[in-house]
Amino acid sequence: MALENKVPPGPLSEKWTKYKSTMNLVAPNNKRRIEVIVVGTGLAGASAAATLGELGYQVKCFCFHDSPRRAHSIAAQGGINAAKNYQNDGDSVYRLFYDTIKGGDYRSREANVHRLAEASTEIIDQCVAQGVPFAREYGGLLANRSFGGVQVSRTFYARGQTGQQLLLGAYQALSRQIAKGTVKMYNRHEMLDLVKVDGKARGIIARNLLTGELERFAAHSVVLGTGGYGNVYYLSTNAMGSNVSAAWRAVRKGALMANPCFTQIHPTCIPVSGEYQSKLTLMSESLRNDGRVWVPKSVADAEAIQRGEKTALDIPEEDRDYYLERRYPAFGNLVPRDVASRAAKVACDEGKGVSKTGLAVYLDFASAIIRYGKSEALTTGISNPTEAKIKELGEEVVAKKYGNLFQMYEKITGENPYKMPMKIYPAVHYTMGGLWVDYNLETNVPGLFALGEANFSDHGANRLGASALMQGLADGYFVIPYTIGSFLANEIRTPAFSTDMPEFEQAENDVANRMEKIMNIQGDQSVESFHRRLGKIMWDHCGMSRNAEGLKEGRQKIRALREEFYRDVFVPGRADEFNPELEKALRVADFLEMGEVMILDALERNESCGGHFREEYKSEEGEAKRNDADYTHVSAWEWDDTNPILHKEALEFENVELKTRSYK
Amino acid sequence: MKLHLKIWRQKTSTATGSYETHTVEADEHMSFLEMLDVLNEQLISEKKDPVAFEHDCREGICGACSMVIDGRPHGPQNGTTTCQLHMRAYKENDTITIEPFRVGAFPVVKDLVVERSSFDRIIQAGGYVSVNTGQAQDANATPIEGGIAAEAFDAATCIGCGACAAACPNGSAMLFTSAKVNHLAKLPQGQVEHKKRVQSMVAQMDKEGFGFCSNVKACEVECPKEISTENIAALNRAYISSMFTTSD
Amino acid sequence: MKWFINFLTSSIGKKLVMSLTGLFLITFLITHLIGNLQLLYNDGGESFNKYAKFMTSNPLIKMISYGLYFFIILHTVQGLMLWFVNKSKKGTTYAVKTKDNATWAANNMALLGTLVLFFLFIHMGDFWLKMKMDKLDMVTYDGGEAIKDLYARVNMAFKELWIVISYLIGLVALGFHLSHGFSSAFQTLGLRHKKYTPLINGLGLAYSILVPLAFAIIPLYIYFKN
Repeated sequence: MALENKVPPGPLSEKWTKYKSTMNLVAPNNKRRIEVIVVGTGLAGASAAATLGELGYQVKCFCFHDSPRRAHSIAAQGGINAAKNYQNDGDSVYRLFYDTIKGGDYRSREANVHRLAEASTEIIDQCVAQGVPFAREYGGLLANRSFGGVQVSRTFYARGQTGQQLLLGAYQALSRQIAKGTVKMYNRHEMLDLVKVDGKARGIIARNLLTGELERFAAHSVVLGTGGYGNVYYLSTNAMGSNVSAAWRAVRKGALMANPCFTQIHPTCIPVSGEYQSKLTLMSESLRNDGRVWVPKSVADAEAIQRGEKTALDIPEEDRDYYLERRYPAFGNLVPRDVASRAAKVACDEGKGVSKTGLAVYLDFASAIIRYGKSEALTTGISNPTEAKIKELGEEVVAKKYGNLFQMYEKITGENPYKMPMKIYPAVHYTMGGLWVDYNLETNVPGLFALGEANFSDHGANRLGASALMQGLADGYFVIPYTIGSFLANEIRTPAFSTDMPEFEQAENDVANRMEKIMNIQGDQSVESFHRRLGKIMWDHCGMSRNAEGLKEGRQKIRALREEFYRDVFVPGRADEFNPELEKALRVADFLEMGEVMILDALERNESCGGHFREEYKSEEGEAKRNDADYTHVSAWEWDDTNPILHKEALEFENVELKTRSYK
Repeated sequence: MKLHLKIWRQKTSTATGSYETHTVEADEHMSFLEMLDVLNEQLISEKKDPVAFEHDCREGICGACSMVIDGRPHGPQNGTTTCQLHMRAYKENDTITIEPFRVGAFPVVKDLVVERSSFDRIIQAGGYVSVNTGQAQDANATPIEGGIAAEAFDAATCIGCGACAAACPNGSAMLFTSAKVNHLAKLPQGQVEHKKRVQSMVAQMDKEGFGFCSNVKACEVECPKEISTENIAALNRAYISSMFTTSD
Repeated sequence: MKWFINFLTSSIGKKLVMSLTGLFLITFLITHLIGNLQLLYNDGGESFNKYAKFMTSNPLIKMISYGLYFFIILHTVQGLMLWFVNKSKKGTTYAVKTKDNATWAANNMALLGTLVLFFLFIHMGDFWLKMKMDKLDMVTYDGGEAIKDLYARVNMAFKELWIVISYLIGLVALGFHLSHGFSSAFQTLGLRHKKYTPLINGLGLAYSILVPLAFAIIPLYIYFKN
């Protein structure tokens, strides 16, 4: 299968403008007759559904939550990037483009990323007009902060709840269209299959989660904004309900899964505290602006801490290893996420972890508190302040900057981070891989589009902080409303589809059989226990660092687990009623297949790049070593029960020179 | 630690419910929902129906978790959602009573799960700024004083969980509605439609069957985002004045 | 006119009626108290009886008093209706009742209001009805015209311990009712601001303690005087 990326010709900076002004359009009178299904109501889905509704399409929008406002975009903390250059610090569309390409370790498509950087400025305008209360300076203009891996201040934020505020903006726009009748909203409906008619995506089968009933929905086109697959690891910063099923069902219908091994492990999460743990909580990247990461220099000290005989305060300054500052003097604690995560793993693998489980490092604010305290004492005119006074003043400054995060940490761990360094450990956070899409965000299944985290296109092998929100909204507000026309302009003569067509009946029967199969197993193990075991396999074999042997072993384990799942899972209740356990079971069944593709992809990619670190491919200093000659391509996987098939799309870099990423 | 749970069980929205008691072994570092996970694993291993409860992000922002713990929505700690409540707040042999949100406009779906789409319809009635994608001017064209933007943000932090209505002895949605109205009213972008928004959102709120606010103010105590009833006063003021200053 | 009816029957409109009638009754209480404190004068009831005569015969005051009766009824009926409707809109109540999120008075306004209403029945039956029905003795001061001796009736009534106790119960209920009602009325009107709301709340607290207390002095004084 040849993967045609449909990138328009011309110079990079003119591609999108030219494309927009020459593409095929759908006239307003025709838009009214054309139906579009949007699955998912996160930033990408909600903004797409709202905008398509505004344009006049008849939209049907689906979410599995009780309300579209609960999609997991809501939990994003830090901010959203935009090349506004409001700070006059040298930012530009090109620089945002370049940072994103470089941050992604040169594994993303130039044209898509440049378009993303172009759209970024419009997003901020749009969100402000919707009433998103971004942080502002005293003069009333928008405030910015900086984020990891870049040298300009281009991140717009709303305290630590930027994702929430942006999602509510999109949700409000969506609500407006629902009230107008251009969007019909289906809450508590989960897509369980894609329906293809003559090779094109024409509808979905969704389960009404309240009644358990299977319902058929037809449209001219289907748009997926269904997020990433991080929950394949069971423990992640994703919400409990986040799943891969919609995308995976598309894969089962012929769509390709691109770069599935590219997963982002976020370095600053609250460590696992016990076997019962259900999810991990992120502590914003912004904390690394002031927090210093360290472990004890000696294993003996670390072991004493693990046994509870010593605490961080018992380790004198000279016995501490501030390993990020030591290894990466140029960027220090602010190295990109993949680098920081791996360094933490190395420290813990050496036995220097600082929690009971040995899987944690310190994030210490003591020196920031002293530094701020001294400067605060100076500015408030306190001469010869006592040490206690300095600490008190410093703590006040830190509280102003990170108060809500410190509070959250204390709520979860029961420890006071002002007195005792925070304990953090990397956790799965985001998945750069996703459905393969072309420049139009259309998958290889005609009429099926994928937006936001559900597609693979913009972040390469590693995503920079504050770029996920940008991509979700760019895709939904500013890309899909145009590019969907490339498909729909040829569909204006296509009448609405009837859900009585045999294709719909077939798809519904398939879903019903799949559910019946799972319900009838009536084994002895809970869905949750299978998910936990899958997560453990994925984390051990396809986690922060991978090797060929481990991956091969992981694949065998997953296949065995899948077999066991279909033999011994127990799902209580019935299929025709509200049944959260059945919902989980269907999702875990899909994760059990997705996991295998991730492992295959990781095994096939014989290089280290971004979030994908293969132990066999590293420099003498232990840094990631790319193989540009053989792997400057997108790996897109076609599912097959025995041996999934790999397709490749070559990545061409016409504007950026491929370099080794260095943060030393 | 050993805990005794008295939990509301109700098969369907029309079935009559009752309390069931269970004993679980919990760890003090567990979140409240993880403790319920333990209970559910226990029930599943006994081939019994697990307790249905709504949850998703488990970090206090999605607003999905909706239960009343010992008479208080989201449990005993202020400014905390159920998922952020940890078991170190309890001690050995405590008995905990868990009920669904009790609000007429939030019918029970099953056990602790309630249907809150009435909140969505209130937003649909006008909780937005009517601006199509692409119509916006430059983001810095209208300066907004930092303090005002912060006030708008405080109102906008509402997670739509419904604890306000659940805490209210009248089952009123005034705190929810007023938070959205004031978030938009504070900003110049929200001014254009302000009066119309106030009237149509209040009308929808009444239509949904929420009770009348009698200024009990339990809502602001239970709100996990600590949204103030100052918003309710502002909504009252806006509603009354809009009635005398609009043409229809 | 339709808009006005829509307004008054909306949830906020109904509360506005409660607020405005409540504020009117609060104002009335003050004037009533000032008048009644004349019962404490040692002039054999002359000033009080003259005041009572004035209050029942002046055409303007009469007009206002009809308004007062109307507002009492409106406040009561509307209040009870809201309570009934709210109870039905809440649905089931919680198995565990918490005291941690609201004051007792705020949660029990209908109960308190009903207690105050019963007290009003006793109070008006004792004095207002007897005054209206011409059941009182007549008295003359300094050769003026004969007026009704309400003062004597009051003194007689407050010799009875059970009446005094029922007054005290009624006034305590009134105090609690006011402790929520006073500031609540302003909240409903939307009169709330960081700068002046503490003052309103302070005034409300002072009012809800001092006014019932001052009213309570009258029966107690008369009871112990005798």
